[in-house]
Amino acid sequence: MPALLLLADGRLPAGGHAHSGGLEPAVELKGVHDVPGLVQFLAGRLTTVGLVAAAFAAATCQVAKDPEVAGPAIAVLDQELEARTASPALRVASRRLGRQLVRAGRTIWPHPLLDELSGAVGRGPHQPVALGVVAAAAGLAPADAALLAAQESIAGPATAAVRLLGLDPVSVHAALARFGPEVTRIAGDGADYATSDPADLPATTAPLLDVLAEHHATWEVRLFAS
Amino acid sequence: MEAAAELGVERAPGPAGRTRISRLHSEAPYLLRPTHPVAAEPVPCWRLVGQAPARVALVAGAGGPLGGDRLSLDIDVGPGAVLVLRAVAATLVLPGPHGQRSYAHVTARVAAGGTLVWLPGPTIAARGCDHHGTTRIDLAPDARLLVREELVLGRTGEQPGTVRQRLRVTVAGVPLHDQELHLGAGAPGWTGPAVTAGCAAVGSLLFVDPTLDVPAAAHLVDVDADSATLPVGHSGRLVTALAVDALALRRRLDLGLCALGPPPLEPAGAPDGDGMNLPARVAALATSG
Repeated sequence: MPALLLLADGRLPAGGHAHSGGLEPAVELKGVHDVPGLVQFLAGRLTTVGLVAAAFAAATCQVAKDPEVAGPAIAVLDQELEARTASPALRVASRRLGRQLVRAGRTIWPHPLLDELSGAVGRGPHQPVALGVVAAAAGLAPADAALLAAQESIAGPATAAVRLLGLDPVSVHAALARFGPEVTRIAGDGADYATSDPADLPATTAPLLDVLAEHHATWEVRLFAS
Repeated sequence: MEAAAELGVERAPGPAGRTRISRLHSEAPYLLRPTHPVAAEPVPCWRLVGQAPARVALVAGAGGPLGGDRLSLDIDVGPGAVLVLRAVAATLVLPGPHGQRSYAHVTARVAAGGTLVWLPGPTIAARGCDHHGTTRIDLAPDARLLVREELVLGRTGEQPGTVRQRLRVTVAGVPLHDQELHLGAGAPGWTGPAVTAGCAAVGSLLFVDPTLDVPAAAHLVDVDADSATLPVGHSGRLVTALAVDALALRRRLDLGLCALGPPPLEPAGAPDGDGMNLPARVAALATSG
């Protein structure tokens, strides 16, 4: 599935490289400094916000395939995800990433829903919602969207760790590879929500990611946007 | 054990109408007892004393919940009514004899102009437990809410079982806040630096008051990055905090609450104010339950 590989590629010009997924403040304030510490960080991220992202990407991908309901259904999912994102800094980051992904996606895989989303005034959709729509536009299934979201929830911070801490990139990728079964499990759990009532989608939260994101937003000097 | 308790309050007619209890159904272990004011008012700027609220204490009539228990509490706050509901003690969640999960569901509806203050004690997740707690609250657009959640992972020196605690608040059916803590043995990475960084006590305090216009930039973070006060919609704030134990967590949440909202409108010592300055209020809140 070339489309899946393209969307999963860190070189996709959608702005992901500018975000550390909360790792930058965790390095500074919670002492993450080596691969084992990074693995702990990633494990917590994957089972909390990773699951939520996977479920919302899958559910959005599902509704995006039905033009009759897609517009309002996507708005409802976006509203539900907003209620699950407590930190204003993380809301801004997620919407910025969503807008960038929609912008890239509509050129790569033209689709009326992407035109609609990018033409909407004001803010962009949350990133997992954008991912679900782009995945649908690329002809992928809800389960693919969930897998992309789950993998991205750890791949982004792992790449940031290499830049922030100077960790050996090969060791970091080895750690990512060991997460394989867990990513598959979380993606599967997320995909199970593809046809659920949006109110029932998971809301698992990582309290420290919220607090750290707010702390990070006050820094004068930082390497990453979030 | 299965239990379904119910509590309804409504405001008596007239401009100075007291809130009275219209429905009170206890089922062990959820025993509901009307009480008199014992602690400082939780939200000084709301001046609840002058509004003659109904006060009810939730008393545990049995241990647990244990694995296999299904407990529910349904709360109805009528138009203009004010309910202050507190739990008397902490809840210790224990495993059952057959490895089953325990459930505790709280549902609440707060009608137009109503106020709900819901201050349960901490939920302590013991070794081997498997517990799902959910609180679902639907508010009318002008209703007020204060709800606290505190989760303690294991008794002293104990590794906890698995616990899920979800709080979903909607306003006229539209989601405002929806967060679930999923911590303990069944939640990979929960002690890591993304989730709790080894803190054994995690909690939040959600405050919704449509008369309060929260500036978008009004978030506060403490220097150690163990707590933050975040805006929720246009009319709410969330204090989220982590701490080494239940007592330290309560202090962090109470300090966050004290920093919320405008001060009481009346001067200190006025008939329906609590007559305390800020340090006194902090001290009173730190010990109130």
